[in-house]
Amino acid sequence: MSNQTTKLVPTPGQTVGPFYGYALPFEKDNELLAPGSPGSIRLQGTVYDGAGETVPDAILEIWQPDAEGKIVQKTGSLVRDGYTFTGWGRGSVGYSGVFTFTTVNPGPTEPGAAPFISVAIFARGLTNRLFTRIYLPENEEALATDPLLSSLDPERRKTLIARRDPDGGLTWDIRLQGEGETVFLDFQ
Amino acid sequence: MPQHITTEQLDTDELVPAAEPHAGHLPLDRAIETQADLSAEINAMGEAYARALKDGTPAETQPRLDYPPYRSSILRHPTKSLQHADPETIELYSPAFGHQDVHALESDLTIQHNGEPQGERIIVAGKVLDGDGRPVAGQLVEIWQANAAGRYMHKRDQHPAPLDPNFTGIGRCITGPDGSYRFTTIKPGAYPWKNHLNAWRPAHIHFSMFGTEFTQRIITQMYFPGDQLFPLDPIYQTIVDPDARDRLVAKYDHDLTEPEWALGYNWDIVLTGPKRTWTENEALGAEGDEE
Repeated sequence: MSNQTTKLVPTPGQTVGPFYGYALPFEKDNELLAPGSPGSIRLQGTVYDGAGETVPDAILEIWQPDAEGKIVQKTGSLVRDGYTFTGWGRGSVGYSGVFTFTTVNPGPTEPGAAPFISVAIFARGLTNRLFTRIYLPENEEALATDPLLSSLDPERRKTLIARRDPDGGLTWDIRLQGEGETVFLDFQ
Repeated sequence: MPQHITTEQLDTDELVPAAEPHAGHLPLDRAIETQADLSAEINAMGEAYARALKDGTPAETQPRLDYPPYRSSILRHPTKSLQHADPETIELYSPAFGHQDVHALESDLTIQHNGEPQGERIIVAGKVLDGDGRPVAGQLVEIWQANAAGRYMHKRDQHPAPLDPNFTGIGRCITGPDGSYRFTTIKPGAYPWKNHLNAWRPAHIHFSMFGTEFTQRIITQMYFPGDQLFPLDPIYQTIVDPDARDRLVAKYDHDLTEPEWALGYNWDIVLTGPKRTWTENEALGAEGDEE
């Protein structure tokens, strides 16, 4: 840390509450590229609470590199032109707790690195956002040497790795609490 | 441009989960916890925290994920500690937003319809800074809020307060080169919710911010000074540290107040981090709003 800078105390987060639904969603918010376009896949999953019930009022954001592993720094996520991959999307769960994104398989950002999608989760009843990662299930070697995954016991590690669907898509569920609780991250 | 929602769309009654503590005015047909019950829990947790602080426990700066007085959090908080991770690659960058994404007029919530909204017109302005005090330039700020009567234009809000056909309650802007943001809006009202009997939320504006790294992503709520509901509100009190709670309260600022027009409130937001080693250009603030 440079001594020219002052350390400020961060502002606390608060729950997103129940009424974000008319404010945060926008047209094509969960379509990082047009469904059906070459290379597109469906990423889907369900959010569960500690009683195993689906959570109908959660909203997720994903942020990822493109298929080549390049980090994109392009504007236009909120008003999508249908051609520009910005790497970021937002998706609300439906009544049954299911979210869906149309995206691409992220590429490795460094040679040999395990590709993953970064996720932020917000929900009524969740007092602050949670961060986690979705790893692609392929390339066992890269997964085995990933610094985060290798620090976790095998049961917990599984919660960060998506399943590959027969149609080429990814399925990855979030369990906020209890059995199979998803690994959530602290970056501080 | 802001999404226009007609009042007709909002009349659709939709299925609300059994545990939904949405604002509403339904008959209370079962034994229900009172504010006194909740206040006792809130105060006990506050006192335990004050004792721990006195015994040398470090001050908390964020809300507790496990805060039982906020009943909806009981089944929705992780029980295992968060896993420490060093942010990698993508996490050290943030999505980019610009004037392609947000129209300049979206920062004025009072001009989104044909007429003037009801209520007290206010200006809310401040800066988005990182933990090193550097401005977060050219980033997206989103807000949403209830109207002056304490009613959200959301179909699940059943509080029998009037909707305002001239107020939607959604705003967005892109921060300036100095990290500044500014909204013109209406002071929101307090509103009831169903956490317990006679539960009321202090007036607040929801804020959503991005930093220069995805690890800095935050959604929070800004409050108004001197609200009598602060000690009673289980959501505000999820932050057990009094100094940390104060960081969510805007300051009345007469220099922001515009004569014959609107009262001004100032509120700066400090993000966590950063974790990335900045390039010289970024440190000088060259990164930012592209146009």
